[in-house]
Amino acid sequence: MSETSGTTGLLLNEPLLWERGGKGRCGFSMPRRDVESFPIEQGLVGAVPDFPELSEVDVVRHYTRLSQWNFGVDTGMYPLGSCTMKYNPKVNEKYASLPRFAGAHPYLPAQLVQGALRLMYDLERFLAEITGMDATSLQPAAGAQGELAGIMLIHAYLKSKGMKRSKIIVPDTAHGTNPASSALCGYRPIPVKSNEHGIISPEAVAGVMDEDVAGIMLTNPNTLGLFEENIRKISEIVHGKGGQLYCDGANMNAVMGIVQMGKVGVDVIHLNLHKTFSAPHGGGGPGSGPICVRNHLEPFLPVPRVVKENEAYVLSYDYPQSIGKVHSFYGNFGVMVKAYTYILSMGPEDLKKASQLAVLNANYIKEGLKGVFELPYDRPCMHECVLSDKRQRSYKISTLDIAKRLIDYGFHPPTIYFPLVVQGAIMIEPTETESKETLDEFIEACKSIAKEAEENPGLLLEAPTRSKVRRLDEVMAARKPCLSD
Amino acid sequence: MRYLPHTNEDVSAMLKVVGVESLDGLFSTVPEDCLKREPLNLPGPLTEWELNLHMASLGATMATMPEYKCFVGAGSYEHFIPSSVLSLLGRSEFVTAYTPYQPEISQGTLQGIFEYQTLVCHLLGMEVANASLYDGASALAEALLMAIRITKKTKVAISALIHPHYREVVRTYLRPTGYEVVELPYSKNGKTDLSVLDGMTELAAIAVQSPNFFGCIEDLGPVHERALETGAMFITSFTEAIAYGLLKNPGSCGADIVCGEGQSLGLPQSFGGPSLGVFATQMKYVRRMPGRLVGKTVDKTGKRGFVLTLATREQHIRREKATSNICTNQGLCALGAAMYMASLGKNGIRELARLNYDKAEFLKGRLRKAGLEIRFGSPTFNEFVVKFPDSFEPTYNRLLKERIVAGLPLAPYYPELIDHYLMCVTETKTKEDIDSLVRGIQS
Repeated sequence: MSETSGTTGLLLNEPLLWERGGKGRCGFSMPRRDVESFPIEQGLVGAVPDFPELSEVDVVRHYTRLSQWNFGVDTGMYPLGSCTMKYNPKVNEKYASLPRFAGAHPYLPAQLVQGALRLMYDLERFLAEITGMDATSLQPAAGAQGELAGIMLIHAYLKSKGMKRSKIIVPDTAHGTNPASSALCGYRPIPVKSNEHGIISPEAVAGVMDEDVAGIMLTNPNTLGLFEENIRKISEIVHGKGGQLYCDGANMNAVMGIVQMGKVGVDVIHLNLHKTFSAPHGGGGPGSGPICVRNHLEPFLPVPRVVKENEAYVLSYDYPQSIGKVHSFYGNFGVMVKAYTYILSMGPEDLKKASQLAVLNANYIKEGLKGVFELPYDRPCMHECVLSDKRQRSYKISTLDIAKRLIDYGFHPPTIYFPLVVQGAIMIEPTETESKETLDEFIEACKSIAKEAEENPGLLLEAPTRSKVRRLDEVMAARKPCLSD
Repeated sequence: MRYLPHTNEDVSAMLKVVGVESLDGLFSTVPEDCLKREPLNLPGPLTEWELNLHMASLGATMATMPEYKCFVGAGSYEHFIPSSVLSLLGRSEFVTAYTPYQPEISQGTLQGIFEYQTLVCHLLGMEVANASLYDGASALAEALLMAIRITKKTKVAISALIHPHYREVVRTYLRPTGYEVVELPYSKNGKTDLSVLDGMTELAAIAVQSPNFFGCIEDLGPVHERALETGAMFITSFTEAIAYGLLKNPGSCGADIVCGEGQSLGLPQSFGGPSLGVFATQMKYVRRMPGRLVGKTVDKTGKRGFVLTLATREQHIRREKATSNICTNQGLCALGAAMYMASLGKNGIRELARLNYDKAEFLKGRLRKAGLEIRFGSPTFNEFVVKFPDSFEPTYNRLLKERIVAGLPLAPYYPELIDHYLMCVTETKTKEDIDSLVRGIQS
């Protein structure tokens, strides 16, 4: 592997914050004290928090060094399946941090925040168009919260119809948060298995659907990267018994401008602005998880809603059937700005093109790797493909070892051991922003690793060797938790 | 399009490898009747230059500092943020990374979050903090759900002086499962009236906010005693984290769970989000706590390193038994808060908190001198409630035209408090700003 991207470079060590610094240092320009000091009841006063004492230079070096130990999309290919690690345009960051937006107080009177309200109003409509739904709420702060809000809507809707139901159908190819979200609404998840083609068959749904089932949570495209072809049929079965079809739209990046979920029987769908709509993941948030619904669910959307009255935008709480609020204010506005400017930068044709190229990239990787790793479902995939370590197991090499070796080659590993329906899963989502050259390099790296697995498995078992730290002792971390210093 | 790298030659070559004729051919598994025929009805594309102009025109309608002097807090506070923090937080290695599933190449995020957890513990006097939740409101809802899980009781008592929108979120979260929420009213001094708790049993939790929504500092000691008597868990919420640079921290007052909003710790207000759900508890409850956690460990050569840990609490390991559906956190916001706390240090945090307290006291004194009533006598931090004369609304609107936002009218949240306004002063307001506010109110 002489010519790979992976190299060691020079990484500097950096201690914990409180292991550096000096007594009396402060890295903060304290605003001027231009009023006198007033007395305070001594009983109220506490000890000074034990924070470190650092100069501005100390702080800057500390975090700059830390940042260099991280791998991001800007560093290289990050094919983490189900996470849509596409390029995060720099200009979006600039717009979100414009002082006029970043400095806005959420309780300013509506006439003083028209720009923000218009942006939200327009973005709601853009997302409704992309999903083929009728209305949108931008309030959920992340995909999992959007999912929870979506199930709450179904709960509130059924209740308004006098229907009390206790179960919800969750396929084995759905995202891991689905069962937990349904439990928070008091629903018992009923698992259904995908068929030999990796998708849900209408018969399987019909077998468990009854009048005690609130609905089904379908991830489409599913976590195997396959389109749920029977979605219309499934929708008819579920609706026939009074249930609702929830779609987990985390994988919407495969079908923008190609499939409108609202037109194929979906009642409510959540989106991840930090996946499909190019907002960055920030090392685990902030995200944004809007929900789009069809007309019959609109009265239940979270409040406040942005409405237009006589050419002006206002926030309205006047929705008596609303599930209420899920966020302190209106959601992650800063993330909404990024999605809004992304959609405007792309325009309708290039959004569709993005989905087409995301699917092209995933199929190209699948073709390139199916001779290297096991491909459990050999059929056209959407935006991601799932392979496994089945062939490498005879050399005592696992998915984890392959993933760790990819790090040495300069790639972020794919999602591993998910979805659970494939043993030793390797889930690859390249996204549309990776070029053919990069994909070719990735495929070559995988081929080379597969060869190493046969000829010199120690290289994989020892990997990674070029990273800041080697494999970490996760068992010790869990057995004797040290969660603060 | 500059984000899409494929040349026509690339596309042709790749389609050939895949074995389809055209890009449309890639979607052969999508049934005909699911395909969208007509193009998306969306505006754009805009060039970067056009978008600059468009965003500038949207921004031009927004009222922000320095043109506007906004004396509103109520859960979102204007604080000074050092340029160094904003610059460091913009480093794309932090911004463009995912949740640190591969610790060997995510040590920056992981050490940064470990330090955040530690700083939060020090600020709040708690033993363990998670890697953050969405915001103050959902953090409170999660705290109550955690107490319900631990005590196996189904009723919670929350103070009416917890932020009104946090209480809304709590109701939204607890309604589907039918958990009961009892509200504790407030007394004349602007603190929570605990007498309603007399004889109340079977409580999973008692939750108060301090400083509360009226800005008053609650007596946490008596609430703690009540919690001990009833066997309920003692939860404290907060909206203004800077207060704990001066006040006794909730941990020292016996809190079982502390949850609140961390926006004050170096995050822009950003029209209400993204912000930061701070969540901390005692070590004995750590396995029942929602959210991600970073722990310290060693690598195979014995070198210190950090990993996500105790993941068995999470939904991707035990799908049906997860403690909550929380998946992402507000990672970048938590990192920003840590940068901010590190910059302030122990020398800065006390002075900053004092400055907030003193400036608010200064305004209080000026308003009293002007003959206005400070409605509640209890000590406050940087917010307090003023009662204006009946005819104040026109004055409020005139001040808006003069680019001064004279507090938050409380009547929409507490209908009995007509003509009452919640005023906030932080370190960003100069003596001159405060003087012009008072002059504006008087004239």
